[in-house]
Amino acid sequence: MPAAIKPDVQKPDIKKEAYEYGFHDKAAAAVKLPKGLNSDVVNTISDLKSEPAWMRELRLRALHYFEQRPMPEWGGDVGAIDFNDIHYFVRASDERDEESWDDVPEYIKNTYDKLGIPEAEKKGLLAGVGAQYDSEVVYHNIRKDLEAQGVVFLSTDQALQDHEDLVREHFSTIIPPNDNKFAALNTAVWSGGSFIWVPEGVKVDIPLQAYFRINSEDMGQFERTLIIAEPGAEVHYVEGCTAPIYSSDSLHSAVVEIIAKKGANVRYTTIQNWSNNVYNLVTKRAAAYEGAVMSWIDGNLGSKLTMKYPAVYLMEPGAHGEVLSVAFAGQGQHQDAGAKMVHGAPHTSSVITSKSLAIDGGRTSYRGLVKVYEGAAGCRSNVRCDALMLDDQSRSDTYPYMEIDENRVDIGHEATVSKVGEEKLFYLMSRGLTESEATKMIVNGFVEPIIKELPMEYAVELNRLVELQMDGAIG
Amino acid sequence: MPEPLLAIEDLHIAVEDKPIVRGLSLLIHAGEVHAIMGPNGSGKSTLANALMGHPRYTITGGSVRYKGDEVIHWSPDERARAGMFLAFQYPTDVPGVSMINFLRRAASARRGSEIPVREFRQQLGTVLERLHIDEQFVRRYVNDGFSGGEKKRAEILQLGLLQPELAIMDETDSGLDIDALRIVAQGINATRRDSNATLLITHYQRMLNYVTPDFVHVLAAGRIVVSGDATLAHRLEAEGYDPILTEATEGAPA
Repeated sequence: MPAAIKPDVQKPDIKKEAYEYGFHDKAAAAVKLPKGLNSDVVNTISDLKSEPAWMRELRLRALHYFEQRPMPEWGGDVGAIDFNDIHYFVRASDERDEESWDDVPEYIKNTYDKLGIPEAEKKGLLAGVGAQYDSEVVYHNIRKDLEAQGVVFLSTDQALQDHEDLVREHFSTIIPPNDNKFAALNTAVWSGGSFIWVPEGVKVDIPLQAYFRINSEDMGQFERTLIIAEPGAEVHYVEGCTAPIYSSDSLHSAVVEIIAKKGANVRYTTIQNWSNNVYNLVTKRAAAYEGAVMSWIDGNLGSKLTMKYPAVYLMEPGAHGEVLSVAFAGQGQHQDAGAKMVHGAPHTSSVITSKSLAIDGGRTSYRGLVKVYEGAAGCRSNVRCDALMLDDQSRSDTYPYMEIDENRVDIGHEATVSKVGEEKLFYLMSRGLTESEATKMIVNGFVEPIIKELPMEYAVELNRLVELQMDGAIG
Repeated sequence: MPEPLLAIEDLHIAVEDKPIVRGLSLLIHAGEVHAIMGPNGSGKSTLANALMGHPRYTITGGSVRYKGDEVIHWSPDERARAGMFLAFQYPTDVPGVSMINFLRRAASARRGSEIPVREFRQQLGTVLERLHIDEQFVRRYVNDGFSGGEKKRAEILQLGLLQPELAIMDETDSGLDIDALRIVAQGINATRRDSNATLLITHYQRMLNYVTPDFVHVLAAGRIVVSGDATLAHRLEAEGYDPILTEATEGAPA
């Protein structure tokens, strides 16, 4: 076969066309704080939200940490982020957190219509929906029967008003405000995000979903999500994210804290499809107690740079943590993603499965940590990371860290880096598939172990997104 | 004589600049079964792969016309859609892709339009039944963790489903026990029509006990040195390659 013919013109434009969520609507925001970050900005956010004093103090303390901490020098290149050139708070509309879709402003509704969100809810595929537009949640709804069982699904802002004690008891307990620079930033300026509380023994049978959308230019989105599953509770939360394409970069820096109490089962699924000008720097961490199961399913397709390492702290015997992640890096993208499993108690187990794809000069890194504390005997952990590169311009690295301070453990690690093989392509093409179809089929097969863990609708969506990205790159 | 299905003329094939096939000519008409036999290293697999357009094999001279069209610049998928098929000696695995999904895509490519699910299932069911293959087989990932025999059955399943006009079978008999060999041979025989042709590439004669070829060609050092009917294969079985190759190079009639 002759070397693939690569037209050397207009690659970036092809990419932009391929990103179908690149539109933005032009309605003026109701409140938009001036660019830049200082205590006035933080106080104003707290004022606008009529928050209790303890939250304001926490924010200001976190701002101090943020200012003190250096930029991370590992992972991706964050040097180009100008913290003075970002709007830290944008309120799209005075109407917020509506429970009826009809009450959401028309232009925002149109955005979500284009994204297909209300449709999924109408079809009964979801147990509840939240939609965040810039800094705040504009729509929120939960199935009545779940509400009757005591399940709380609100924006975190609303939860702070309605369930202050619950929020105060758990907020920032899993990720302290000084955990890292970006967690500190989030704690200082957080707005929106989901708050979920599932009472003891209640099983939420179909997913709760939130949809995050950045609309404004030079905007930072800092949602804060907190999920608490009481003993024996079960819940699956799914989030999706998109943003318009602007010439300047946006920042998305979320914090997600999850508490899975004894015997609880929590699954958190993200399909991140930010446009390629978004810095996506997210801290996600869960604590799993006796016999609890916590899994993160993490799809990273968009963004300019993603740095995200969902963590599970296994606090008591029998806790199990899982991270399944798939990353796709195309032209100009760097996905630095991975996982962190901390075995703090005996007889805990964890599984990390990471699949990454790099194409068209994209870069993927797997960065993971398995830590076993001394005395945590009988722990098991299995790490598997596979990287697939679709051409010679792309890059993939693996940084697996192991800190094992206990001898009586069973730890496995396996990593592969491969290219789409000539033999596989020839085999599929000899059955009539074009080179592009054959490549897609190989790639779909590669990510299948992740896809099959997703709810049907999201599996279809992720497959579609992968194909769309590849169309932009291989035509 | 009608136009041949496949006309190979003075074909030269190199692998990494090393000439392997050196001036091979062969005519195959619809309705015929040809067997190409030859010792290891004679260029059999090179010929099979190059006919299907494998990128590692470079055509350095000659021509390959399929139904009158010169195909040496066609990509493998163009050849497949035109009705050519290669049963691989060592089929590769494609983890994560189910057989049924792959087969449906291949069947759609072969017919040139998306094949409706119901029609596809019907076709597939018929072929599975004929080849005594359990339906669970097509739920598995393509060749992933298959035994040698299962891989060959998967090739025969594709042959039956895609109904090519020209099937090239690259050592499909190697590594098969006698029962599997019989099933594979049945698969080949069941697809035999007046409208299609088969090129069997094999090292051993035993496959030819089950599939009777119209022509047998002996390949040595990249050329066909002697051609005959099915009795030539029996002679090879009885005497080995050496006497026949010696006769041929001395110019004696085969």
